Amino acid sequence: MRKIIFKQQGIPQLKEGLLDIKKNYLIMNERKNKINELAFDNPVSGTVYGTLLNYEGSFKELEQKMYEDPYKEPPKAPILYIKPINTFASAGSIIPLPSDVSKVKIGAALGIVFGKTATKVKEEEALNFVLGYTIVNDVQIPHTNVYRPAIKEIARDGFCPIGPWIVKKGFVKNPDSLFIRVAINGDIKQENSTANLIRPIRKLISDVTEFMTLYSGDVLLVGIPECAPLAKAEDHVSIQIEGIGVLENTVKKEHSLVGERL
Amino acid sequence: MKHARVAFEGSIHEAVQVEGGIQLTNGKIVQENNVVWLPPFVPQTIFALGLNYADHAKELSFNTPTEPLVFLKGKNTLTGHLSQTVRPHDVTFMHYECELAVVIGKTAKNIKEKEAYEYVRGYTIANDYAFRDYLENYYRPNLRVKNRDASTPIGPWLVDREDIEDPMNLQLRTFVNGVKTQEGNTNDMILSISQLIEFLSSFMTLNPGDVILTGTPKGSVNTKVGDEVVTEIESIGCLVNTVVAER
Repeated sequence: MRKIIFKQQGIPQLKEGLLDIKKNYLIMNERKNKINELAFDNPVSGTVYGTLLNYEGSFKELEQKMYEDPYKEPPKAPILYIKPINTFASAGSIIPLPSDVSKVKIGAALGIVFGKTATKVKEEEALNFVLGYTIVNDVQIPHTNVYRPAIKEIARDGFCPIGPWIVKKGFVKNPDSLFIRVAINGDIKQENSTANLIRPIRKLISDVTEFMTLYSGDVLLVGIPECAPLAKAEDHVSIQIEGIGVLENTVKKEHSLVGERL
Repeated sequence: MKHARVAFEGSIHEAVQVEGGIQLTNGKIVQENNVVWLPPFVPQTIFALGLNYADHAKELSFNTPTEPLVFLKGKNTLTGHLSQTVRPHDVTFMHYECELAVVIGKTAKNIKEKEAYEYVRGYTIANDYAFRDYLENYYRPNLRVKNRDASTPIGPWLVDREDIEDPMNLQLRTFVNGVKTQEGNTNDMILSISQLIEFLSSFMTLNPGDVILTGTPKGSVNTKVGDEVVTEIESIGCLVNTVVAER
């Protein structure tokens, strides 16, 4: 059993419950509920920061070019980007496929949710500032050039499903060794692990808060593994992170969504 | 009308400029020097433009970008009028950027240029400091340069849209310790306010409280600890900030 924080659909307050991932039920208010009979809203309200090139494999994909124009040298400090509020979506929501693209990249990211204001945090104290972990689908329009901020590719409406819940820190033994699996229409498309992070979680928190503050409620995504799969209209996407849960969404053409919940 | 958000006697108030001071929503009139100035609106998504003045792009030896150079900033960056911004020990080039900030008033998606102003709530001044030593060529300008705590003073006033006849013809000036170091006019913007709203809302929804920092003209010079930096925009006001050392 693990303690989770979640937002039930239609109820503004966050709640706590006990989750049994294997048997797929959640105890809240001393009652057992089947997970598939519940609907969850996005449990996150702060700023969501993504991290570029933090998986060894994704770094290697670009490494050759890092010594050429326009990059000239490999990055030194963490390279971050923001997923603004218009991108936020919940577990089970539709990912709108913009009319100008045919496929979107599925970014399977572990999200570190902060519980305390973190400024210039030491590596060994980093986890003291963490509330827990969630799953984020950092959806993007595929782009290989990362010289300029790619807001048109990253910041589309509905491009950041989050959830279904936050697992409290104490119930995730080693966040630097979590298996990640992405499936599209039931077929496994990607497998990786947070063991492959260049900056493991404590180091990432320390290096980021060296130059900016993360507040309670903010989320730092640890990165997207290499070879991120693509999804097209009508595809069902699931991201599973060991010990956290499964985040499921469906891609649909944006113009078909009028009147539907985004 | 000119609107502010201030802290006074332990509470946060919305306020407006009146003769003889500023009036809090409870009716009380207080003096400007008795309040703590906060950013004049509650921010949502913060957009900033790079290289949106042709002369500044030239100064930094860049060609005019083919696609607008837009980046996002976190709420940790904003601070009010009369605030202090830290210059880290190891920085050799920290420069101010005087920018017209456009605050969105209603939800906007797929808005055309000619109706764009209907979605504007008002205008304020931002000083979007850059710490050039930290520039890296990935998602440039990277967040270490542009997302530092309290590195973007904004205010003092949010001026209603109706009160600014032509926001595309406003003089901008920056003074460092009283000496004018930057001067330009919003009519030199590459993408105008209405074009920016059309561009951004063409691919994402803009929400009330979103703010677009529209870029800075040429004349960004290094600032050092102790410098008083005044960024000023015609008809909007005068935003004062002091550069301080890291503790």
